[in-house]
Amino acid sequence: MNTKKINNVTLISLAVLATAFLIVADGYILCIGISVLIAALLGQSWNIMSGYAGQFSFGHAVFFGIGAYTSTLLYTMFGVSPWIGMFVGAIAAALVGSAIGFLSFRYKLRDDYFALATLAFAEIFRIIFNNTKVFGGASGILIPYVQNAAEFQFASDKTYFAIILVLVAAATVFIAFMTRSKLGLNLVAIKANQEAAAALGVNVLKYKLIAISASAVFAALAGTFYSQYYGFIDPSIVFASAISVEAIVPCIIGGSGTLYGPLLGALLIIPLQEICNSAFTSISGVNMILYGVLIAAFIIFCPDGIYGRIIKFANKKRGK
Amino acid sequence: MNAQVFQALLDGLLMGGVYSLAALGLTLIFGVMKITNFAHGAMMTVGMYVVYVVSTGLGISPYIALIFSAITLFALGYIIQRFLIHRISDAPTHNQLLLTLGVAYILENTLLAVFTPNYKSLEVENLPGMIQIGAISVNPAKLIAFGVVLVVTAAIYIVLYRTRIGKAIRACSQNREGAQLMGVVIKNTSAIAFGIGALCTGIAGSLLTPILSIYPTLGETFQLKCFVIAILGGMGNLWGALISGLIVGVVESMTGYFAGGSWSDLTVYAAFILILLAKPSGLFGRSNRREH
Repeated sequence: MNTKKINNVTLISLAVLATAFLIVADGYILCIGISVLIAALLGQSWNIMSGYAGQFSFGHAVFFGIGAYTSTLLYTMFGVSPWIGMFVGAIAAALVGSAIGFLSFRYKLRDDYFALATLAFAEIFRIIFNNTKVFGGASGILIPYVQNAAEFQFASDKTYFAIILVLVAAATVFIAFMTRSKLGLNLVAIKANQEAAAALGVNVLKYKLIAISASAVFAALAGTFYSQYYGFIDPSIVFASAISVEAIVPCIIGGSGTLYGPLLGALLIIPLQEICNSAFTSISGVNMILYGVLIAAFIIFCPDGIYGRIIKFANKKRGK
Repeated sequence: MNAQVFQALLDGLLMGGVYSLAALGLTLIFGVMKITNFAHGAMMTVGMYVVYVVSTGLGISPYIALIFSAITLFALGYIIQRFLIHRISDAPTHNQLLLTLGVAYILENTLLAVFTPNYKSLEVENLPGMIQIGAISVNPAKLIAFGVVLVVTAAIYIVLYRTRIGKAIRACSQNREGAQLMGVVIKNTSAIAFGIGALCTGIAGSLLTPILSIYPTLGETFQLKCFVIAILGGMGNLWGALISGLIVGVVESMTGYFAGGSWSDLTVYAAFILILLAKPSGLFGRSNRREH
């Protein structure tokens, strides 16, 4: 089997799984399904910028939080429907992403320095939102419950599931097209060797900015969805480094820089954590110990991730 | 200068001293060994809990229990480097970052599972409450902490610049292959360097235990600050880290005094981004050794 065949098989299995889940699941199981898809969307977002373009972000919470706050504030302060706010948030996140990217890339921040800078940006946003009364301050914002589809509020969790499923599909389709286009090739070149890419005439800064903006858009959409689904946000939730980590971990486990890796990663890690949580109700922290062990184990033993490993294995068999 | 400003300045300096020591550990790990250690804050918390457990369990002063904390953290750091990070020493740097992140989750949540998220605080016997000098009051625990920081920094300096193992550590950081050819056992040397780094942050945590109430995720608040200080001071520059720690401590307490405590980290992080952009080699750095 070649990569294309594996991709097709995975796509069909995931589509069947999601459809079956949408029909059968309800209650608590459906909630977990939605959490899986939020993690998958964040993962795909991180995948664009860090998996494909190689710009390691440790502050994806910035974009998630901007998405969450933009749509929520537009709704609670001006009555703008979150359906519109969602796209305003995505644009705002893309602009912030471009600004962060421009500064960092202009001054040649790389690798761990870039990761630290993105983390610092996320912290700065968290502190600003924590201290700004107009934005709800540290106590956060409760979104009034109206249950009206025009205001992005639904009676059934199934609708929420369908929406986040569409968003994840959109991110995946975007990546699929990106990898086949000139943009994707340029990003891969930049990741492999920036100087060589530049020498061959790739506009490194431009493509990096496109990657960070696209990545920011999907993270912001996840942020809006999160706030509409849970109905409450505060700075220490949406700008938390836990969110930044939640964007990274599905990629590490599933395989960063692969089309379906983050989806598989999210599908594995979120249910595992839930199982852990219900198995050890009296002891807190066990699910996060497992989280840490999985991160460390994958980095040491399987740095390509599950999907990356499958593709490599298949290609090796064919003697490529 | 009025007394309150002076008070804030002094508090900042004393707190900055403890930051310095934690960042000194990071400058060894991040600056010298080139490992972006995201477990640094968690290791600091482990140091705090060791002091808490030993001090309450054996009924001894936390300043003696500190020795247990230093030994435990050295061993922990040695093990983390020798058996985990060393296995992926040829992998891209961000894999090392992620590995230490995994380690941080394991350490922090083990503390959470064992000690619960409740705050714990340590009473130190035979320590006067507050020393009053005119309008200024000084917490004696902070004063002791500052003294210990100076002693430990000097000791680390001696180890790095006056001993064989220190020479080996510095050789490794300058040229791994070269050091290896000269007979330096990289595996062991890096593990010792990481152990010393962990020891520093463990002692810093121990010194904070009598001052703060501790809880399992407390170290996280010091994590990014340590990176700020290590980079500000120049990678691998011990005295740079010491001075930068004091600067960060003062900036933080001054911002807290003039704008309110909840803003204090903002100036630190904003300054950090400026430094990263404008002068990534740090305030006292010669040239940027991390150039590719």
